Amino acid sequence: MKQPLISTLALSALLIASLAWSADDPRPIAQTEVDFAQDIQPLLRLHCWSCHGFEQQESGLRLDLRDSAMLGGDSGKVIRPGDSAGSRLIELVSALDPDEVMPPEGQPLSHEQIDMLRAWIDGGAKWPESSTQGSRLNSHWAYQPLHRSAPPETNNQSWAINGIDHFILAKLEERGLQPSPEAERTTLIRRLSLDLLGLLPSIAEIEEFLNDSRPDAYELLVDRLLDSPHFGERWGRHWLDMARYADSDGYEKDNPRPDAYRWRDWVIEAINSDMPFDQFTIEQLAGDLLPNATDMQKLATAFHRQTLTNTEGGTDQEQFRVEACFDRTETTGAVWLGLTVGCARCHSHKYDAITQREYYHLFAFFNNGDEATHTVPKSLAEVKAYPELKAAHHAQVEPLKAELLERQSRLGPALLAWEEKAKQTLEKSSVNPPTKESVQPDTEPELKIPENIAKVLAIAAEERDESQRKELLDHFSRMDKSTSKLIQQLDDLMKKEPAKPELQARVIVQRKQDQRQTFVLRRGEFLEPMAEAEVVPAGFATLPPLTPRQPQAAIADRLDLAQWLVSPGNPLTPRVAVNHVWRHLFGTGIVKTANDFGVRGDPPTHPELLDWLASEFIGAGDTGNQAWSRKELIKRIVMSATYRQSSRHSETSLASDPQNQLLGRQNRLRVEAEIVGDISLQVSGLLVHKIGGPSVFPTLPPGVAELSYAGNFKWNESKGGDQYRRGMYTFFKRTSPHPNLITFDCPDANLTCIERNKSNTPLQALIGLNNASFAEASRAFARRVLTLPDIEDEASRLEVAFQMCLARKPSENELRELTGLWQATREWYADHPQEAEKLIGAFAVEGATAEDNAAWIATARILINLDEFITRE
Amino acid sequence: MSPYESAIENSRREFLTTSASGLGMAALVALLQADEKRASAADPSIELTSVLAEKAPHFAPKAKNCIFLLQAGAPSQLDLFEPKPKLNELHGQPLPTEMLDKVRFAFIKKESAVLMGSPRKWSKHGECGMDFSDFLPNIATCAEDILMVRSMHSEQFNHHPGQLLLSCGRATFGLPTIGSWLTYGLGSESQNLPGYVVLTSGRGSSGGASLWSSGFLPSHYAGVVFRSEGEPVLNLTNPDGLPDELQRRGLDTLKALNESHFREMQDPEIASRIASYELAFRMQSAAPELIDLAGESASTLEQYGVGRPQHPQATGRGNVADAHLSFARNCLLARRMVERGVRFINVIYEAWDQHSDLEQDLRYNSWVVDQPIAALLKDLKQRGLLDSTLVVWGAEFGRTPLGENRNGRQANTGRDHHPFAFNLWMAGGGIRGGQVYGETDEIGWSVTRDPVPMNDFHATMLHLFGLDHLKLTHRDQGRDFRLTDVAGNVIQRWLA
Repeated sequence: MKQPLISTLALSALLIASLAWSADDPRPIAQTEVDFAQDIQPLLRLHCWSCHGFEQQESGLRLDLRDSAMLGGDSGKVIRPGDSAGSRLIELVSALDPDEVMPPEGQPLSHEQIDMLRAWIDGGAKWPESSTQGSRLNSHWAYQPLHRSAPPETNNQSWAINGIDHFILAKLEERGLQPSPEAERTTLIRRLSLDLLGLLPSIAEIEEFLNDSRPDAYELLVDRLLDSPHFGERWGRHWLDMARYADSDGYEKDNPRPDAYRWRDWVIEAINSDMPFDQFTIEQLAGDLLPNATDMQKLATAFHRQTLTNTEGGTDQEQFRVEACFDRTETTGAVWLGLTVGCARCHSHKYDAITQREYYHLFAFFNNGDEATHTVPKSLAEVKAYPELKAAHHAQVEPLKAELLERQSRLGPALLAWEEKAKQTLEKSSVNPPTKESVQPDTEPELKIPENIAKVLAIAAEERDESQRKELLDHFSRMDKSTSKLIQQLDDLMKKEPAKPELQARVIVQRKQDQRQTFVLRRGEFLEPMAEAEVVPAGFATLPPLTPRQPQAAIADRLDLAQWLVSPGNPLTPRVAVNHVWRHLFGTGIVKTANDFGVRGDPPTHPELLDWLASEFIGAGDTGNQAWSRKELIKRIVMSATYRQSSRHSETSLASDPQNQLLGRQNRLRVEAEIVGDISLQVSGLLVHKIGGPSVFPTLPPGVAELSYAGNFKWNESKGGDQYRRGMYTFFKRTSPHPNLITFDCPDANLTCIERNKSNTPLQALIGLNNASFAEASRAFARRVLTLPDIEDEASRLEVAFQMCLARKPSENELRELTGLWQATREWYADHPQEAEKLIGAFAVEGATAEDNAAWIATARILINLDEFITRE
Repeated sequence: MSPYESAIENSRREFLTTSASGLGMAALVALLQADEKRASAADPSIELTSVLAEKAPHFAPKAKNCIFLLQAGAPSQLDLFEPKPKLNELHGQPLPTEMLDKVRFAFIKKESAVLMGSPRKWSKHGECGMDFSDFLPNIATCAEDILMVRSMHSEQFNHHPGQLLLSCGRATFGLPTIGSWLTYGLGSESQNLPGYVVLTSGRGSSGGASLWSSGFLPSHYAGVVFRSEGEPVLNLTNPDGLPDELQRRGLDTLKALNESHFREMQDPEIASRIASYELAFRMQSAAPELIDLAGESASTLEQYGVGRPQHPQATGRGNVADAHLSFARNCLLARRMVERGVRFINVIYEAWDQHSDLEQDLRYNSWVVDQPIAALLKDLKQRGLLDSTLVVWGAEFGRTPLGENRNGRQANTGRDHHPFAFNLWMAGGGIRGGQVYGETDEIGWSVTRDPVPMNDFHATMLHLFGLDHLKLTHRDQGRDFRLTDVAGNVIQRWLA
């Protein structure tokens, strides 16, 4: 559309501006009609975009997108529609100072070009929606719709088990490579157990699988593991990493959050019941906004209550409220979209197509989500048990109450007599009016009359009301021999009344009143909202449009955001989710940079496979699986021949695919921090398998909790089995996390963690060798081995112990090594019985000699330190 | 090397250079250096001995080690380093309202706040006439070696965010701390001790573990806390009843089994695990040797104040678990660590948050640190170590010229947080000592000359270590991160 000529008003402003900059060179006023697409955009592209476009945004300014251009740069607006004289853009392109003029290099703009810009601005700086050139037409792979292609044909017709294998094999064959052979069955069952449950298979389970000759033995094993309640623990923990879950506030004060575990348990339950990932997403981001939201749906929003809370003295709470909203914005971007939106908090993203304004579009969804609490039931078990407990309690209380009533009904005469005496006492003391206690030093205890009773006594008997009569009766009943014991009993019982199985959980609720407006914050500074840059909740331009579900409402809310994330047209969420699952089963994702699907991230090694899996995942495939089922996705992957390969590095693959990008073998993975501890406890027989509940306090070396602020934190070690729970239940104090977890790369829960580091350090070695928990595990493991039934000789014991740890049986060489160790330590302890006693501690085995016992502990200790023990092969 | 061995070697190289492996260039450099030393390729355990092996800096360094004396809580520069006669003159007066308009405080109520002078006695030291109050008589004698910066400034006025800025270059979580960057860039000289050690005295710090986190860098680069009681490093001691000879015997079996598994699987991570266990074993003897002060002379112990009696007016925030002894000991340990090649020693003393009772609280805590720090500087110098050891005294911010009137308190006995202008000092490691850098206005409110943002301080620190702050990067989430965030200039006038 052609623009009308500039208005008179603008014209005069322009004149003034012209005069101001050069008296003897007045600019002719632009008389031409200006068309953005034809006249302005090419000019911007040619002269501005190289520094203020998709690639770079010098001074935070971006001139290839309308929103960004109108928003301006670090120093504010550069285009003021209708006011070219007040527009910094004009000031800069027409500057005479060579240090200031834009563009800084090359030919300056001609007078005609500058006039054109002025005329365009004075005409209202119209930038039609249709002119969306620049990076909106983003060609980056991750933003493209899912492209589902059929699994390719391969030369080798016998290897593939499912679609995944076709994609993998085709690439291998392209490079002239072959897949690795299938791993041993012992490796497979150990691999599956660790990947799906984070636990080791028992010897019985191993034997059963080894002897299972049914053709679908493997699948049956997979199904059994997917049905295990421990599945939700293992895969829930992966989710907790991304949710930055912890049991304390963070920052200096780092107060405990005794309710945090409830949401953690929600995650475990949701994953165990295979809640579809779209629902899982919606409930966590916007459960409170669902129609007739249930308690559990409201609880689910605690996903975004895992942000830190700063209660340090003298903080500005608004600063940290905004900080938490930043975190919610960035975590959402990272977890569901695989994008590092955080950069755009302060300036339009340097690499990815996210403008600063778009960041605040996303931020606006969270800006009106208030922090609140909601009463939710505790665990299902506790809720189920409650009526019975309550009834049992009731059954105890009621007969006593009846008995009391009965006895009280017979108190009449005694009460009257006491009343008389009491009145006399009161009269005597009226010279000194009754004090609060109304205690006369010499009176008998029965006549110490509290103030409230004195008041009742002052009222004539017939004028007392029901409650006053009762007050008096109760008071007397507590003194009278016929009733006092009964009342004491009742009092004691009432103290034991079962508490309602509820707690106050931190949740997010939509702010209803005084809704906050959202502004772009200059450089992300909460004190610097840009008044001219108000934004409403919206999605990203490079993704399908996000529209409010109720068109009349006009403004989208968190529920719209959540539904948009899992809408069929959004290709990023399923790609990212599938990649996360893949990564946990192979060590690296199909997109290696699981936290970055942007242009700086790695492209997928198998793009067709990624899209095929993603479309299967959302139920758009042709294999008829349930939409958004995490368990089906996992099953599909672990059923593949690709997954079942050996992880041995082969000579050919080393040469041609050293990083195993083509997956010509499985990868060996050190198990995660929690699992290192879990499996040590498991082989020792100490592990308590209880799922969920309040976080626990296993052994902590002295002096660790004290390192947090003011040493304000007491770690009261758990007892009665809770000290042997799985690592994911260890109370996570952000400023002083358990060193056994952190040393093995457990994230610190201050920010979302999409991918854990995998380090290999001497401190880890020291934990395995010397840490009290691991030493205890060695002792218990030795006791377990020494008390195995029906085994007499040490070699057989060693074989079983070895198999408990590694699923496979030891080689002759391995057996010889271990026997050598056992014998050497046994000899030493035979000469040093006192040392043996010390090593054995509380784990002496009846009937075993001290040297046998100690030698076994020393040997068990080495078994749980083997690289293979803490590695999923 | 056989084709097979070289393939493994290539694999390892690829593995180390990829971002996803989390090891990156630093490890590769270590590996390349190990190439030259490799004696026998048959033994996997001698390969990849340590990703912390020493690495070449970008250019010739002045400093090799750093002792960072982190004075957490923020000591009052106005009572230690900055005499302000005008402030004393204006004692009890309110600040002009236009100065208060745009500022925020943690606790001060602006409307009724008044300026608070300092009752300290001051003297000048060294040729440049560096000011010290009577609370730091010993450190004052080192003025010729000290670069006193008066013009630090930041925007973080709460402890934890401020400590993050000081430690990581930005007040956000998830970033590596200075010690992590240095060990990432330079590796460790020591093959028996961690490259980055943390020593703490006083209360626990606001930042807790985030002050020695490796952020997105692998955890090899995290600080290792040396403890003041019990075993010096967590889990350093064998289980009760298991002597070193059996530890060694067990490790021999472990090594043999891991090596046989390595031969089977050919995964370089196994070799790396073997190396980790061997380093752990060496650390088991090196760390106790390190903390054993029996070899130190009586005069050295006395100079540091190890064993000195408690101050008669022991009081205040730092007075926790004989902090006066543990701080003295930590200073001496820091020197011993430098001698043994520990790259970065973070000595944390959280004791300085004097919102009230500033006079006696500051007197005590200054007494705690003054003698040991002065002894440390002199000891390093006398042993010829100061030239290559950078000593930094710094805090997350300073304290206000205004007295604190929290909750409408009438008597001002303390000062609030003040990030707009505060002090930091350095010595050794290529720093030009004997100079005062920067200036603040006559009441110490804001910087009037040579302002130093935290990123400039960090850029200069790295420069002293031969590292270009623009080149020392690590890619995370698609972005190359630096200690200096997106800013930072090397301050040439600081350099010797």
